[in-house]
Amino acid sequence: MSDRPLLHIAKLGKGFTMHLQGGIRLPVVNNVSFEVYPGECVVLGGPSGAGKSSLLKMVYGNYAADSGSIEVLHRDEAVQMVAADPRLVLTVRQKTIGYVSQFLSVIPRVSAQDLVAEIAREWGADEADAAIAAGDMLARLNIPERLWSLPPATFSGGEQQRVNIARGFMGQHQLLLLDEPTASLDAINRAVVLSMVAEKKTAGVGMLGIFHDPETREAVADRIVDVTLFAAAA
Amino acid sequence: MTAEQPLLTVRGLSHYYGNQLGCRDVDFDLYPGEVLAIVGESGSGKTTLLNCLSTQLTPSEGSAVYRFRDGNRKNLFCMSEAEQRTLLRTDWGFVRQNPREGLRMGVSAGANVGERLMAIGNRHYGNIRETAIDWLQRVEISADRIDDTPRTFSGGMQQRLQIARNLVTGPRLVFMDEPTGGLDVSVQARLLDLIRRLVADMGLAIIIVTHDLAVARLLSHRIMVMKDGKVIETGLTDQVLDDPHQAYTQLLVSSILQVGA
Repeated sequence: MSDRPLLHIAKLGKGFTMHLQGGIRLPVVNNVSFEVYPGECVVLGGPSGAGKSSLLKMVYGNYAADSGSIEVLHRDEAVQMVAADPRLVLTVRQKTIGYVSQFLSVIPRVSAQDLVAEIAREWGADEADAAIAAGDMLARLNIPERLWSLPPATFSGGEQQRVNIARGFMGQHQLLLLDEPTASLDAINRAVVLSMVAEKKTAGVGMLGIFHDPETREAVADRIVDVTLFAAAA
Repeated sequence: MTAEQPLLTVRGLSHYYGNQLGCRDVDFDLYPGEVLAIVGESGSGKTTLLNCLSTQLTPSEGSAVYRFRDGNRKNLFCMSEAEQRTLLRTDWGFVRQNPREGLRMGVSAGANVGERLMAIGNRHYGNIRETAIDWLQRVEISADRIDDTPRTFSGGMQQRLQIARNLVTGPRLVFMDEPTGGLDVSVQARLLDLIRRLVADMGLAIIIVTHDLAVARLLSHRIMVMKDGKVIETGLTDQVLDDPHQAYTQLLVSSILQVGA
């Protein structure tokens, strides 16, 4: 296993300037520094509003950092994500960083199985293998087979979330960002996700996550990074 | 990927209508397979920019260098009109908001699609008809409508036919001007889904002008926000829409109606 961090954040700062509210400056985080290594799950701790989701979004390139550095190990090279070219960010997302959010952003008219199989195909599976792998993944997450051929738009919140998890874990990204992936799951499905996280660790994947439920957090976290330590001064 | 060459390189592009500013000092690179959305309100200069890039308007200043299939590069504004027309008919497509401007309403659906094939030298009637049928099906128009004129089609079907007409020649760059404007929401969703799939399958580069940020989010990789003729914010689409920095972009984003979700 490599000693190089998959993610290296240094002196990262971020605030929002609300131009429509008279230019109010809302500080989010300041001077954030930590690393994520292969095979570990680092959990962000702190109350809502502490900036946990914003941190994940900055790593994914969805929010722009104001200062500091986010280096991601991409194809054996440390790549700077702060102010990176959009095309580079998209390549890093494709090959290196996966993101599992709470909500499925629905692509209309595509079935649950195809949504998951699409990811397997992106990672090199042929059509038939991808369909099988997708079915296995959905079955593991207890999505009834009669739903596989339907677009998830009409699914319950928990079912949609599980389709989203299936997509996130189907990929072979080296770094996974988990934004409350177990938020609306029952105990059985939460346990499935926990075992999937454990398998990713064994495979050397590094994870950075947010888990509000204390029991789940205990079960997955190798380390907790307290985001309140990086509270930005107003 | 990083070694890849841009398809289109735009530098210092400005256009004035007399003393009126159309667009000013626009710079960007477009790569193969990349979808760029240009957003802004009416009068922001986005349509002027699109018309310049598609050589329908000669800009007052600046250059747009296009890389041809053989690797040659040419400034679009130094080409002859005949060369520009050939480019528009073969290597490019232009999907207009109003299908009546992008289709020939008096000839059959099959002829609308086949015409572009003939323009690039196809002469075999049977092959042309076969390709036309294939393309009608790809845009979800039943093959038995091939001899009907687009006048008998719904708005959504006309727009899908226009897309087939533009894509049949396997273009590398397609311009789109509000392609879903004026369609019902459910028809829009179906069209966007279709465009998404075709773009991914064909690896098309697209420059799409829209005032609809949801369309930009769904289709584009990168976005340019225009105001008063200038590009005021640009970047990865989801970043610009989720973390807008300029006051005007924040206003645009906050003006989106939050429906359902």
